[in-house]
Amino acid sequence: MYRNDLLYKYLRSEKKFPHLWCPGCGDGILLGALIRAIDKMQLDKDDVVVVSGIGCSGRLPVYVDFNTLHTTHGRALAFATGIKFANPKLKVIVVMGDGDATAIGGNHFIHMARRNFDITAIVINNNIYGMTGGQYSPTTPMDAKSATSLYGNIERPFDICDLAISAGTAWVARGSVYHVPMLDNLIVEGVQKKGFSLVEVMAYCHTTYGRRNKLGDPRRMMRWMKDNCVKTEKFREMNPDEREGKIEIGVLADRNFPEYCEKYSQVMKMAGYEGEER
Amino acid sequence: MAEEKKVKKAVRKKATTQKNKSRTRKQEVRRPAGSRRVLLSGNEACVEGALAAGVGFFAGYPITPATEISEILSMRLPAIGGKFIQMEDEISSIAAIIGGSIAGLKSMTATSGPGFSLMQENLGFAIITEIPIVVVDVMRGGPSTGLPTNVSQGDVMQSRWGTHGDHRIIVLCPNSVEEVYRLTIKAFNYSEKYRTPVILLMDEVIGHMRETVWMPPEENLPVINRIRPSVPPEWYKPYEVTPTNVPPMAAFGDGYRYHITGLVHDQNGFPTRRPDEVKEFRARLRDKIELARSDLVKVEAECIDDARIAVLAYGSVSRSARRAVVLARKGGTKVGLVRPVTLWPFPYRSVSRLADHVDVIIVPELNMGQYVGEVERYACGKCRVVPLNRIDGEFIEPEEILECILEVDGNVSE
Repeated sequence: MYRNDLLYKYLRSEKKFPHLWCPGCGDGILLGALIRAIDKMQLDKDDVVVVSGIGCSGRLPVYVDFNTLHTTHGRALAFATGIKFANPKLKVIVVMGDGDATAIGGNHFIHMARRNFDITAIVINNNIYGMTGGQYSPTTPMDAKSATSLYGNIERPFDICDLAISAGTAWVARGSVYHVPMLDNLIVEGVQKKGFSLVEVMAYCHTTYGRRNKLGDPRRMMRWMKDNCVKTEKFREMNPDEREGKIEIGVLADRNFPEYCEKYSQVMKMAGYEGEER
Repeated sequence: MAEEKKVKKAVRKKATTQKNKSRTRKQEVRRPAGSRRVLLSGNEACVEGALAAGVGFFAGYPITPATEISEILSMRLPAIGGKFIQMEDEISSIAAIIGGSIAGLKSMTATSGPGFSLMQENLGFAIITEIPIVVVDVMRGGPSTGLPTNVSQGDVMQSRWGTHGDHRIIVLCPNSVEEVYRLTIKAFNYSEKYRTPVILLMDEVIGHMRETVWMPPEENLPVINRIRPSVPPEWYKPYEVTPTNVPPMAAFGDGYRYHITGLVHDQNGFPTRRPDEVKEFRARLRDKIELARSDLVKVEAECIDDARIAVLAYGSVSRSARRAVVLARKGGTKVGLVRPVTLWPFPYRSVSRLADHVDVIIVPELNMGQYVGEVERYACGKCRVVPLNRIDGEFIEPEEILECILEVDGNVSE
């Protein structure tokens, strides 16, 4: 099948285009990766639920032909919890931005990791609140300029993957919008992993972040990503000095914990329920 | 130990049977055949009502004085194959039940003032996306942490206007344990029928009070389920304009793939800013509640035909008010009781008609005066409206209302 046919199979192409992302944005690359991953797994479109929060990433579900839910800011994982718990047969994929997942939704994020629902979260990290015009987020690097840190950011940023691993996420990976085939595979692996899985996708916002910090156009930001993302096997061999400024990509954690819905079905049995499980 | 319990139980049984002997005749008339008599608290009755209505999903966060609802459902729901989860806060609790409802289960949460405040944003989400949910708010004294274990009616306006933006909402307010049971079922029925969140507003007194409840036999319960689409998926319009203004709702996983968004959306569910579509959408959300007033608005009246004074009270306060009205009637004062069971939509026709007939409406409330403003608005100066407020965290007693009635009566006679 040609690539374009593949996209047409999964996009709401007649209804919802053109999309609202800036030319050169990485969100579209992720959208493509998500579609290819779902196609690779041959999931039934009726069984796939894509949930999002608010922001540029929040608009992603409207373009794809699945069961799609665009929720309130930061709450995507909480809504996803309800859907997955009510109908565990559904494949629930949650797409969030960095501010969405780790600022306003930070609490839901760590509790989702702890509960371990069989849900996949994709966090697009562009280090900034893009849609509202470039205010600093919990992942904006120190000293970087933003609409609300014109003198330079004085807060230390989160490492989303470290946060997820220490909160107990079963499977954690980081990809980038430059390393596209790898991103496809990470999403496939993440969705197939039993339990909560997180794919952090390194992206960039040239419109609000790149411009203020003189990082150039999308091509230059993409090149930066190519030069500074290091696969995890190689990263682990590097000494601390070499690691400075580099981003580790690949599968960072793969652990097995009891899945919530499976544990709950045991609770139902203990409570005396003998009927069929939904 | 066991024997002691047995004896206590026997004594209690004897006491209740004796107590009930005097009332039996009255109750026999009222009760349908086959009902069971049980002793329940308001929160327990809420659980029973929810189960009778077919609740399949509960998410909540511990908070006094609503916690019992979570506790009991955590035991009961797994036993019938339902889903119970305790979330990290009230924000996620309401988000989770909206998710549960989208996946096809009847969903509810229970909370009190502070938690209800946290739920307001997503309550608006459920309104605009038309997801049926039931939110129980057992009111306690506020603002903020306030008086967690005291009675209050401080959330009346929060229940109406708590979420941002213009909207309509259904709020039911029981005044007895038995009514909690019936109104919980009704709350589910309304939410399913009109695809909208319904709030069950209890006072702390109603939630914690124990009373006898007559449970009707299950087959007598009117249970309404949401209308599912009957058209093939390619024809399905999730937010179609229908004669009832309520479009059929498909669950995720049913094969009807569609988009749900908190943005204003067109009939297909996709975001729109076209003024004609925005207007049509907002008007439909308004009309589906407004045009259903005759189904939604329930007001009870007692001794009102010849009354010159009316006491308008809701929730637990209406019990004190009833006693005060009875006492005043014995003394020859022509006073009646009006009790809105549905707080919102506001029963403006009843209040307006009431204002035509009486000289004074007394509105006793356990707050600084919330519902009274609305009563004044629809009384339109046709009669006097007298607020009677108690804000010290204690319950309004019948004597206070009686005193107010007599004082007002003196003025009216002059």
